[in-house]
Amino acid sequence: MPAQATAQATDPVIDPVIDCRDLVVRYGDRVAVDNLTLRAEGGRVLALLGPNGAGKTSTVETFEGYRRPTSGSVRVLGLDPAADHRRLMPRIGVMLQRGGIYPTATPRQVLSLFSRYYEQPEDPGALLDLVGLAAAARTPWRRLSGGEQQRLSLALALVGRPDVAFLDEPTAGVDPEGRMAIRAAVRALRDRGVCVLLTTHELAEAEHLADDIRIIDRGRLVAAGTLEELSASGGGPSVRFRAPSGLDRPALAGALGVPPSAISEPSPGEYRVAVEASAARVAAVADWLARNGVAISDLRAGAASLEEAYLALTGGGEDR
Amino acid sequence: MSAASPARRLTAHAAAEITATLRRSESLLLTLGIPVVLLVFFSEVHLLPTGPGKPVRFLAPGILALAIMGTAMVNLSIATGFERGYGVLKRLGATPLGRPALLGAKVLAVLVVEVLQAVVLVPVAMALGWRPTAGGVAASIGLVLLATAGFGGLGLLLAGVLRPEVNLAASNGLWLVLLLVSGMLAPLSKLPGWMAGAARALPAAALADGLHAAVGLGSAVPGRSWVVLAVWAVAAPLAAAATFRWE
Repeated sequence: MPAQATAQATDPVIDPVIDCRDLVVRYGDRVAVDNLTLRAEGGRVLALLGPNGAGKTSTVETFEGYRRPTSGSVRVLGLDPAADHRRLMPRIGVMLQRGGIYPTATPRQVLSLFSRYYEQPEDPGALLDLVGLAAAARTPWRRLSGGEQQRLSLALALVGRPDVAFLDEPTAGVDPEGRMAIRAAVRALRDRGVCVLLTTHELAEAEHLADDIRIIDRGRLVAAGTLEELSASGGGPSVRFRAPSGLDRPALAGALGVPPSAISEPSPGEYRVAVEASAARVAAVADWLARNGVAISDLRAGAASLEEAYLALTGGGEDR
Repeated sequence: MSAASPARRLTAHAAAEITATLRRSESLLLTLGIPVVLLVFFSEVHLLPTGPGKPVRFLAPGILALAIMGTAMVNLSIATGFERGYGVLKRLGATPLGRPALLGAKVLAVLVVEVLQAVVLVPVAMALGWRPTAGGVAASIGLVLLATAGFGGLGLLLAGVLRPEVNLAASNGLWLVLLLVSGMLAPLSKLPGWMAGAARALPAAALADGLHAAVGLGSAVPGRSWVVLAVWAVAAPLAAAATFRWE
């Protein structure tokens, strides 16, 4: 993909915090991560974006030292996560995709226990305030809502004042209020110079949280760049709408006076008309659809969004 | 940024383990409730063939052995199995705690709970008329340490390979079988020969026999007890280490 070239242009003088080259992770015959190369720096948030099963968790768990690469090399803060596990652990913060806490333990108990593993930990009480869990500090894990559990997991990732934070689907299943708290905490980490690597299958989260995005699909890197770069790669200005699949595209093209190739259907029921995004064009599209009795939803005009780039790159982004 | 010292990490985690054990009602039942109830009931109600003299003379060392088995094998196994199932062990793998400190904390927690058990059970037994042989205390500590290693290895062996719910049943079932064929409640001589023979190779009977001799009768601990416990103390932890799955 064209955007990939721009993303790898990292200043060679600065050592990246995460340096992953040609990473392959295989489980038996199944290839989970296929020749992935990426770098991440301090003070930036990098999102691994991709559908479920794309290989995001396998990648992050290799960075965390849980699995060894089948081939390729991974360095985090210059250390091999598996071989130098003991030296690396004090310097990273980890948020697993789910679980990891005893159901009867309370946020206060778990945080204060974890804090004792570190020489100069954050104050557990202050962390509970930061993630908005002060009121639930004495509630057993099993009675916390999904969002509260995720926020506790985030607090546990922060308690050791890490240089690198790995957050696996940090906002999955989190209510809007919890998302705000998590986003604020991620921004605070970045502003402190921490290298944040997070995974998500939700575009909106990547757009909200990330400075840099790597889109992966079936274990392969399919696009890389900043949010702006990737959005631009989704195509020029256009009018886009959703309608039942199987629309008569040549007829629509004729009515609009554009060549048939200007109308595409990137995924079933998603239409894109490559024309300038003017009110007149929108009206013309809507008029033709109305006259032909086509039910539409989500009519939009303007520059392409990250969503379009993502859908185009991952073949619709459907869960697998 | 940097890890706390190994000693601090170990004691912090051991304290959490001990607190968790004392807060779990099923752990308290297993480690203190059942031993105290069996000790008091069968000392006062003469149902068991405990031989001449007060039943508590036979029962006190046996119940101490039972208490050790409950803590070092069953309680450790069930707690560790559920920690594995809930992903707690995995999560700890991404902290500076480290596996040696985690294991050390678990061992320390087991030993502290065993001391608490002795602090409760010995006075209860003495109130029931037991007169322990002071000279056997040192040998008893040696027996208990060996047995703890063997039982702990067995517990972790089960916890490391079975699903938590299956392990819950298996650990409790093993505890019940070993309770019956161990000379804890009744002398091994009351068992059929084949059963007694099998029992003598197991750590439960070796510990109970050893404690009966050391603090009960005040006689020398049979060599067989030392040998059987030592073999289990080496073999069971090795088997656990070879098969343990952290996730």
